[in-house]
Amino acid sequence: MDALSRNHVRVTGLAAGAPVVMLAHGFGCDQNLWRLVVPALERDFTVVVFDHVGAGKSDLSAWNRERYSSLEGYVEDVLELCRELALGPVTFVGHSVSAMMGVLAAVREPAAFAGLVLLAPSPRFVDEPATGYRGGFSADDIRELLESLEANYLGWSGTMAPVIMGNPDRPELGEELTNSFCSTDPDIARVFARVTFLSDNRTDLAEVRVPTLVAQCSNDAIAPPEVGAFVHAQIPESRLITLNATGHCPQLAAPEETAAAIAAFAGAVR
Amino acid sequence: MMCTTDDEDGNPERGEGSADERDRFAALLEDSVEDLYERAPCGYLSTMLDGRIVKVNATLLDWLGYRRGDLVGHKHFSELLTVGGRLYHETHFAPLLRMQGEVSGIALELKTANGSRLPVLVTSTVKSGSDGQPLLIRTTVFDARDRRAYETELLRARREADQERERLQQLAATLQQTLLPPTLVNVPGLDVSAYYHIASVDEVGGDFYDLFPLSAGTWGLFLGDVCGKGAAAAAITSLARYTLRAAAVYDPDPAAVLANLNTVLNHEYNGTDPRFCTVVFGLLTPDLDRGGFHITLASGGHPPALLLRADGTADYLPTPGGQLIGVLPDAHIATTGIHLAPGDTLLLHTDGLTEAHINATVGGAERYGDDALLDFGRALAPTTASATIGAIRELLDTFGTGVDDDTAVLAIHVPRLPGDEQE
Repeated sequence: MDALSRNHVRVTGLAAGAPVVMLAHGFGCDQNLWRLVVPALERDFTVVVFDHVGAGKSDLSAWNRERYSSLEGYVEDVLELCRELALGPVTFVGHSVSAMMGVLAAVREPAAFAGLVLLAPSPRFVDEPATGYRGGFSADDIRELLESLEANYLGWSGTMAPVIMGNPDRPELGEELTNSFCSTDPDIARVFARVTFLSDNRTDLAEVRVPTLVAQCSNDAIAPPEVGAFVHAQIPESRLITLNATGHCPQLAAPEETAAAIAAFAGAVR
Repeated sequence: MMCTTDDEDGNPERGEGSADERDRFAALLEDSVEDLYERAPCGYLSTMLDGRIVKVNATLLDWLGYRRGDLVGHKHFSELLTVGGRLYHETHFAPLLRMQGEVSGIALELKTANGSRLPVLVTSTVKSGSDGQPLLIRTTVFDARDRRAYETELLRARREADQERERLQQLAATLQQTLLPPTLVNVPGLDVSAYYHIASVDEVGGDFYDLFPLSAGTWGLFLGDVCGKGAAAAAITSLARYTLRAAAVYDPDPAAVLANLNTVLNHEYNGTDPRFCTVVFGLLTPDLDRGGFHITLASGGHPPALLLRADGTADYLPTPGGQLIGVLPDAHIATTGIHLAPGDTLLLHTDGLTEAHINATVGGAERYGDDALLDFGRALAPTTASATIGAIRELLDTFGTGVDDDTAVLAIHVPRLPGDEQE
């Protein structure tokens, strides 16, 4: 299966030749997270959205523990998408954990990227007392998150599996299920949670050689301000802005502001 | 008729109702809306869109041990959550609420004022103004202590079941391995290759094969298929395998070997479980005059071996009349003799291969069949043992889940002599 269908890629906005903005969702939900910013970006850009393997409408059969037990598998996917799309260098907008996928991808193949927008990024969520690094979380906190995931996936196999496997004799399952944007196989979610919250990409930041915008939120419980400042300090050619948006998902909380920040940056680096 | 009406129930107090009922209804009216909110049997919480708490009911304050002033205007909803819960809230709950306008039945834990934890089920909706702009978030909180204890128990049981299943699969795989030779012996002048395809990781299958030395200059080989699956079949497989090895030492004549196995299996039969198998046994001796090997094959009800010749032709080696081993006291065993010349390859297989469903993924019920395997062999010849087994493995891969029975294949090939390549 080609990467474009594997990752349920959708390309909208201006035709090929226009500057390209590629939006990558983080841990939790899927490409729907971008739906409030996409219309604003479509006016000036070719807009690419996709689901990470294991999320949304991606091909779940393409998921395997080996490939997706580290960010590398996801980075491979992003680079494959860039190659298959063949739209020229893209401005990659990575939300949350996808910000670090963008960093790794841009380090590996800088020519594929016109710029990086790191939206609410964190290179390391877990504190490191030895170096004084504050990511905001302890290992116990991450374990607690995994428990929260478990507790909320009790009903998954019963309701979601038949939908995903395609069940023509049960049409009632064809309707969009409650909470389905954020539903996936619990095994996959568990592995992705570990990748997200236990990766450490601090040393990769200094290797980035493409223009980078670090956009952090006000009052983000997941990526606190000092983490955004750390990312900015480590990436040579980066600029830091703090959005008025609160929470961890500025593309939902303040879509206009978020789209404007992306557009201003992507328009300038084209 | 599907239902009855109240009239048919003959209820005499239907309609205006009795005085008693009117009194009770009046008592209900006394239940003010305010009291209904404050003392509802669930927690109520209203927050701004950023999560700041602006209203909370007495029930929730009681549960959490806070005073109203501690929360209203001071705390965000996510601050009431455990850190892990907050991560879940930020990555799942909040985005869903924004996208759908509501989220229901999410399991979270709230931190009470004294640091203890209260398992709850949370449902939130976004209240919008007349212009459709979202204004605030309303949340109901249900005490889920009992339910969560039950769910935790379910999760524990599921984990245990998963582990048991894994253990069983490992056990089945280990057992399977003990039924097959770890490596095939090296027979001078013979190229040998085998493959065992496991159809189900949960169950031990009943296919077996072996190749082993007998007296100087002769080798025995066999491949068979025990009826059934699971532990009972594995026991028969083991018995068959060791009986064949021992019987071949006692009397290497292939028909005698199978006759001995037949006797042993008949003795094993306890009147309930059928204990039979199909098997093909071969005795290999180097043909010193012509090169290659002379092979005597005996078959008890087993699919015929396929000979892929050096000249590119291929045919089955029929052994008609051979009966299942272990059913009748005196099973008829058919034998045939062949010469395996340099460049020839002999393929033994179990019917898992020919009985495989083709196009299983698209619901096809058609089976691969003997004719297709013959065509496959004809396309492949001339070939070698490893190339044959490699091609069979690829073939099995194309069937995918269509292979619903274990499949064993064993190929032996006499390499051409150096300088014969161009014949």
